[in-house]
Amino acid sequence: MTAPKTLYDKIWDAHVAHEAEDGTCLLYIDRHLVHEVTSPQAFEGLRMAGRKVHAPDKTIAVPDHNVPTTLDRADPATMTEESRIQVEALDKNAKEFGVHYYPVSDVRQGIVHIVGPEQGWTLPGMTVVCGDSHTATHGAFGALAHGIGTSEVEHVLATQTLIQKKSKNMKVEITGKLKPGVTAKDITLAVIGETGTGGGTGYVIEYCGEAIRDLSMEGRMTVCNMAIEGGARAGLIAPDETTYNYVKGRPHAPKGAQFEAALNWWKTLYTDEGAHFDKVVTLRGEDIEPVVTWGTSPEDVLPITGVVPSPEDFEGGKVEAAKRAIEYMGLTPGQKLTDIEIDTVFIGSCTNGRIEDLRAVADVVKGKKIKDGMRAMIVPGSGLVRAQAEEEGLAEIFEAAGFEWRMAGCSMCLAMNPDQLSEGERCAATSNRNFEGRQGYKGRTHLVSPAMAAAAALTGKLTDVRELI
Amino acid sequence: MDKFETFTGIAAPMPLVNIDTDMIIPKVFLKSIQRTGFGKNLFDEMRYNRDGTEIEDFVLNKPQYRQSQILIAGDNFGCGSSREHAPWALEDFGIKVIVSTSFADIFFNNCFKNGMLPVVLPQEQVDILMKDAEKGENARMTVDLDAQEITTSEGEVIKFEVDAFKKHCLMNGLDDIGLTLEKADSIKTFEDQAAQARPWV
Repeated sequence: MTAPKTLYDKIWDAHVAHEAEDGTCLLYIDRHLVHEVTSPQAFEGLRMAGRKVHAPDKTIAVPDHNVPTTLDRADPATMTEESRIQVEALDKNAKEFGVHYYPVSDVRQGIVHIVGPEQGWTLPGMTVVCGDSHTATHGAFGALAHGIGTSEVEHVLATQTLIQKKSKNMKVEITGKLKPGVTAKDITLAVIGETGTGGGTGYVIEYCGEAIRDLSMEGRMTVCNMAIEGGARAGLIAPDETTYNYVKGRPHAPKGAQFEAALNWWKTLYTDEGAHFDKVVTLRGEDIEPVVTWGTSPEDVLPITGVVPSPEDFEGGKVEAAKRAIEYMGLTPGQKLTDIEIDTVFIGSCTNGRIEDLRAVADVVKGKKIKDGMRAMIVPGSGLVRAQAEEEGLAEIFEAAGFEWRMAGCSMCLAMNPDQLSEGERCAATSNRNFEGRQGYKGRTHLVSPAMAAAAALTGKLTDVRELI
Repeated sequence: MDKFETFTGIAAPMPLVNIDTDMIIPKVFLKSIQRTGFGKNLFDEMRYNRDGTEIEDFVLNKPQYRQSQILIAGDNFGCGSSREHAPWALEDFGIKVIVSTSFADIFFNNCFKNGMLPVVLPQEQVDILMKDAEKGENARMTVDLDAQEITTSEGEVIKFEVDAFKKHCLMNGLDDIGLTLEKADSIKTFEDQAAQARPWV
């Protein structure tokens, strides 16, 4: 009998194309997602070496980071010269090398990590990479998915493999049920608050437990998306009926007998009883509160009922980092988090730009108005999410409440496009990083769930959404 | 890629923990389609005022650290995005070695692809190097990859671990893609088998 394996072990073993004596492997890549920022140098490298894309059929390109999200974005003047060059380079490279491509004008265009699952490119048991750290998102399907640098993008384009050594196994279990007002975003932030941003370094995380099982695919994607913020290259959730139901019928998912064959294999993708994990973290679902970040690292997480900490609350190098963060964020130790006034709300990103996220926002803001003077934008994760939200009547709710209703893209999550914070502006954001300058030079970011962002838009302050529902 | 050779250089102390890739190279500089020229914007928001003037007390702006080739950094260096522009910027500035108690995985890998050596050491040894680096330009350290040693300005030798394959590639300036293509037969065999086992992929 073979030794019990984790889900990660199983997917890894199914993709080793070559193993050297020292354990260095060539891991075969089933899906390679490409966007405009981290790929131009890789395609240029291929061209210089006279190489082709090894498997163009497994390579999917979509521009997302640079693209404007205003309704007039078909007008080239909405992009800076540099952004335009990057998007045009992707356009040219996609055509020249013959990879699947969703241009800005295509209704299916959107954030690469939302488009992949939506189109059925991402399937259980696959290996998925992209030159973007939030590739971890696809782990929600029980796919081994992680970000890579541009040199590795070129390596995958040329060989369809990655040179890798195996990571360690880490289990994050969320037991029990979540309380009302608590979402997938709160789970993933609470985990990072517990482990720190380096806690997952060197590991692949498998999320499990009743609270994870209860999540929709959208929620699972939110959880896995931020595995990287905990330092783990990849986060995984074993596939189940929720997964199969999401996948079935998607344009690039297998059909008919192929689907049945795939399903038979997918059903073997779970961690065996007794398999070894090198690290285990367990949180009780009932203990998780709606959370916000107060600082400039995703580990700076507190329940919304808390107060801004003092640098002395920390140890070691974190004392200086906390001091710097409190100053950067313009906060005072002891200040109640619900007293922090905000002027901008950003709802979107690969973390929280899916239909369920927009429904959560609509539930909170329906029939209400956002605070006077508030700048609040909702940026759907793809053109198809946008279309669905319009069909469901969500867009009308948003516009009636005073939100800007945008086109799909990465938008203000990383501000490589016209959507940015100005110096000193403070934003409640559903994105994934609150780093210094992330949303704009000297901009201040508080990471929250979509429901919490909606609540903040209504009151003008960080707000406990449970008081509004 | 250039071969990594033993060198003696200035080390700059950056004790801040969780230095992320947005700090190393802010996204406004990711719009180039080239691999070079990022060094002038390394640590841009920490290094320059909004008007382009230098922030005097930032370590790499101090006269004694302007030619640094080694960074001694706080824990979890390079966390955040996968952008290889971060190692490109460090390399373009002249940094060849970064020492910390830990690195983010993707950043760590990206360094090796660009001829740079990230070194992981326990806290006590990072503290020794941090102290040495704080002495400024007269405290030059020697990094010997072959022997896996860093020698402080006072002659103290600190050994470090490095993956044998990555070391081999660095020392010989090897191109990963070329190495992998030598195993094209294995890849082909794998693809044929996978096409049988999982035809839907």
